[in-house]
Amino acid sequence: MMSLQLFFFLVLALVAITSALGMLISRNAIYSALFLVLNFATVAVFFLLLNAPFIAVAQVSVYAGAIMVLFLFVIMLLGAERAGRTQSIPWQRPLAIALAVVLLLEAGFILYNQRGVLPLVTGDLQAGFGSPTQVGTVLFSDYLLPFEVTSVLLLVAMIGAIVLSKNEKK
Amino acid sequence: MVSINYYLGLAIILFTIGALGVLIRRNSIIVFMSVELMLNAANLAFVAFARYWQSMNGQIFVFFIMTVAAAEVAIGLALIVTIFRSKASIDVDQMNSLKG
Repeated sequence: MMSLQLFFFLVLALVAITSALGMLISRNAIYSALFLVLNFATVAVFFLLLNAPFIAVAQVSVYAGAIMVLFLFVIMLLGAERAGRTQSIPWQRPLAIALAVVLLLEAGFILYNQRGVLPLVTGDLQAGFGSPTQVGTVLFSDYLLPFEVTSVLLLVAMIGAIVLSKNEKK
Repeated sequence: MVSINYYLGLAIILFTIGALGVLIRRNSIIVFMSVELMLNAANLAFVAFARYWQSMNGQIFVFFIMTVAAAEVAIGLALIVTIFRSKASIDVDQMNSLKG
């Protein structure tokens, strides 16, 4: 008897994998970007299922919102929807697929072998697990220094992007 | 409650698709999107572990990964635009010289 949650998980997993494959296969870069938005949205639903509401909302607004809009903007700016197919190394594609299958099988084998190692946690979560309040409390107590370093990282990225895209030809 | 192994399996599959995308696609924007997909698969594993150990640390890590991904996208897309300006192409096979 399959539980409702497992059924829900499998349907969503199917959507996530199909949209990831669609991203990989689409010839048009715009379609790839839109497939990736769908993938990010389904992953956000997984975050909700895993009691991480704050991360889920951040996923939608940062990934599916900001990052993918930037991608779409650059694709349309460059007119790079259909990049020509110039495959200079003929054996690269079969080799890449073989390597990916090896990676998948190896990781799957490890997961299958370790399936009993992780204990099934059944205890109830504490109230408010993953809520913005709790994220903020942990972020500003245990992770205060990394959080501040993050702001410097974002500043560096911003300055870098401005310097790189500055048109030097006067 | 769905077992953590299902989530880890899904993260493995998404990561492999991302790695495959980096290897077989020649459009540098799609290669970049595949990198984002791999980061996302790692995020999924982090949140799954955070749920199962009932610890917030995994979720905080995902927060930092998102920040790094946003910075990476800003710089990477600026680089792609700059390369496109000098070579009029974003094919990764065309990027074979250090000086444009």
